Amino acid sequence: MSSNSTQKKYEPVIGLEVHLQLNTRTKIFCGCPNVFGKDPNSQTDPVSLGLPGTLPVLNKKALEYGIKAGLALNCKISPLIKFDRKNYYYPDLPKGYQISQYDHPIAYDGFLMVPTANRLKKIGITRAHLEEDAGKLIHDDQSNSSLVDYNRTGTPLMEIVTEPDLRSAQEAYDYLHILKLTLQYLNISDCDMEKGSLRCDANISIRKVGSSTFGTKTELKNMNSFKAVKAGLEYEIARHQKVLEAEERIVQETRLWNEAKGVTIAMRSKEEAHDYRYFPEPDLVPFVVSQEQIEDILRTLPELPLAKLERLQKEYSISEYDAQILIQDPTIANFFETCAKQYNDTKKICNWINGDLLKELNERKIDFKDITLHPGQLVRLIQKVEDGTISNLGGKDVLKIILDTGRNVDQIITDEGLAQVSDDGTLKGIIDEVINENKKIVEQIRDGKESAIGFLVGQAMKKSQGKANPKKLGEIIKRRLIS
Amino acid sequence: MKLNTLTAHEILDLYHQNKTTAKDVFSSVNQQIEKADKDVRAYIRLSQKTIDYKNISQKDFPIPIAIKDNMCMLEEETTCASKILTGFRSPYDATVIEKLKKSGAMIIGNTNMDEFAFGSSTENSYYGPTHNPWNLHCVPGGSSGGSAAAVAAHEAIWAIGSDTGGSIRQPASFCGVVGLKPTYGRVSRYGLIAFASSLDQIGPITKDVRDAAILLNIIAGYDPKDSTSADLPVPDYTKSLFNNVKGLKIGIPKEYFIAGMDSEVKNAIMEAICVLKNFGAEFSDISLPHTEYAVATYYIVATAEASSNLARYDGVQYGLRKIPEQKRKSAIVDMYEETRDTGFGDEPKRRIMLGTYSLSSGYYDAYYLRGLKVRTLIKKDFDQAFGQVDAIITPTAPTTAFKIGEKTADPLSMYLSDIYTISANLSGIPAISIPCGFSKDNLPIGLQIMAKPFDEETLFRIAYTYEQNTDWHKKQVGV
Repeated sequence: MSSNSTQKKYEPVIGLEVHLQLNTRTKIFCGCPNVFGKDPNSQTDPVSLGLPGTLPVLNKKALEYGIKAGLALNCKISPLIKFDRKNYYYPDLPKGYQISQYDHPIAYDGFLMVPTANRLKKIGITRAHLEEDAGKLIHDDQSNSSLVDYNRTGTPLMEIVTEPDLRSAQEAYDYLHILKLTLQYLNISDCDMEKGSLRCDANISIRKVGSSTFGTKTELKNMNSFKAVKAGLEYEIARHQKVLEAEERIVQETRLWNEAKGVTIAMRSKEEAHDYRYFPEPDLVPFVVSQEQIEDILRTLPELPLAKLERLQKEYSISEYDAQILIQDPTIANFFETCAKQYNDTKKICNWINGDLLKELNERKIDFKDITLHPGQLVRLIQKVEDGTISNLGGKDVLKIILDTGRNVDQIITDEGLAQVSDDGTLKGIIDEVINENKKIVEQIRDGKESAIGFLVGQAMKKSQGKANPKKLGEIIKRRLIS
Repeated sequence: MKLNTLTAHEILDLYHQNKTTAKDVFSSVNQQIEKADKDVRAYIRLSQKTIDYKNISQKDFPIPIAIKDNMCMLEEETTCASKILTGFRSPYDATVIEKLKKSGAMIIGNTNMDEFAFGSSTENSYYGPTHNPWNLHCVPGGSSGGSAAAVAAHEAIWAIGSDTGGSIRQPASFCGVVGLKPTYGRVSRYGLIAFASSLDQIGPITKDVRDAAILLNIIAGYDPKDSTSADLPVPDYTKSLFNNVKGLKIGIPKEYFIAGMDSEVKNAIMEAICVLKNFGAEFSDISLPHTEYAVATYYIVATAEASSNLARYDGVQYGLRKIPEQKRKSAIVDMYEETRDTGFGDEPKRRIMLGTYSLSSGYYDAYYLRGLKVRTLIKKDFDQAFGQVDAIITPTAPTTAFKIGEKTADPLSMYLSDIYTISANLSGIPAISIPCGFSKDNLPIGLQIMAKPFDEETLFRIAYTYEQNTDWHKKQVGV
């Protein structure tokens, strides 16, 4: 059976669990700074170390961020805020239990609209709850021992769980992309998979197309990028198909994605037989958030990516392609909008931002929000190119210099001598020389081969050392030879 | 006059009259410890800190105090009388300790207790049992037995205990001293090493009612570090020490006066009721219909929370770490098992097993969830009762102090010694135990008074009136 026909025969059913670290100033249940990349165990206190006698106190900001995320994911918000203990032993878990939410997740029953290849698809959000992150185990080969870093312990986490609504690895990738973008718009997390501030596990099963029951699922862990999630899922889908085609049974288990080998490997089944013995956290009294509080938070929600995508296209008559690039970072979109208020040709603005500017920033590895370029300066730059003061190429040079030095457009054009020569007298002198030196071509043009004008323009540009205004050169040559 | 036999308020009076000094008071307590503690064994260890008498004399309450070994004290060892916490030195002060230090209290040392406060006799201690100062063959009660014995034996002027199911009141009753469990949330639990978080409460153990009021004044109040502490104003409890109970309505729950109750205990309580009647209290019979389920409910809820609270003693960060010589499973599992097997005594192991069982999937609904529901019913019983009466009077314990070793082989009969005290923890209400007589064997009997949540003032008023008109609290131990 060819892989093509199996792809039609089976359809994957995928659900994702995303763990998101919230970027509150302090940890979720104590006053320790919530920062990444410090010396091991330097960001701890008795509470985050779970020392005997210590008690948790909920960080109100973490609650606010959680509600914010829930609202952005179109969830219902639980008025009752209640925490539970999830009991298990691991050296990175200093209390022997994790404070989490079990039967009253802060947000539930929501959805996210995901732009997929051919349509906008609604992906259900089952629940999103708050919990504390664990520490990190470091295995030291030299001393053959394990060390624990508790800096991460107590970092606020939000776990966002989808319905099994995703039907391909690509859809899972698309979901993660728009989820991350949405969360970035909320400014509640760094969403950096490399630093672990966004982590993703997947549940995957396959079933015959048309079937409404679920197949046996496997849980997939250890994917460290969106690409890895996609690759891992693709591998699992193919593996499930092979197993089913061989008329064998899928084992329900947790499997780890091995990035280097490009395969998934079963975790020992012993470690998954967990009974977490959830029960209400007696150290945190359940309380109620009022409807007004929730509405106050709702009012602080920014315009979300898909709304912005639609509005930019409508309001500025730009293409979906251009708008897509702009919304990948709300700072870029804002930059564009500021420019568009000062300059009418929005297509030109998009070309400069989405083309040269992003390319230059990429080369310099500079984040858009850190740039020295002011929107007014980009507008000035575009105007200077359009009115012929500088050439298109010269414009690109000016942009580079602004990014490197922060100087302004006019100053750069003067200092670097980038202004084009548009003065008729000077240009005529150059053209005279070129006509004398290229008699054959001149003949051809006079015989009607207008396309050869370009060659003469090129020669003239050479003579002017690139400073002549090519548009004007072309006009003068045409006037001289044809009319 | 022996300074150590005085109450705190008597000593404060002497300070005001410049008749004694903090140093003299502290050394008289120390002398008594030297003399008596080899028999009583109230203390696990004495504080190693030197006292700055000059500084402390400027403060309001320079009184020597004993601290149960389950409250964290900066840089000092705190073990909950367990081997598993051997060597644990806290990098912080419990809120209660912080408040005491600020008030000028001179911390004498850590008192003995049942391991992790699991018990009613202070026999379940890694450091061996404490002996009742009234009869060294008897237990002092528990789990705050060391604190109660220290106060009774004048090895401390006053003490701090914790009460999860009667652990302040029952030893106070057995040792003939005053013990108060405040309303849940009245005193911060921050720094109290948890047994059962929804039941634990810190409280004073003192020689008389006035001292209990003064000490509660010092330790009570909202603490932003404890989400379960109540953000309510704290009254000056010494202002509630009226010598009359005129018009106060007091209930006698019929479910507490059952066949099998020690007749000497019963008679003492009945006599106490007569005394209070003479001073204007109006008594009536009331019913707390779910009383018979209290002990079972308590052992479900308390052990479930304990099984989780004790999970952190795993040998990773602090305290005991044991690694078996022969590898059995994985390095980490071997360490967990060996550490916990060696570090915990029988009673913690028993309670961790019970609690783990009732929280396990498949049993949760039948045990833990049902326990929570019955707890709500017990609380409702009290809500209804307090619709009719201002306070409830019962014995503190069904018997006087029993012999050391008498009940260790029978955990269930040991659990029943908390039968009258447990309900106050399950419903969160305040309750006090005061001396109300002696058995023919010269062992103290305790009277328990319970009141509405955050109405410690009524407790103090009734207890004070009773105390002012009887002499039981003046009887001195001979150790």
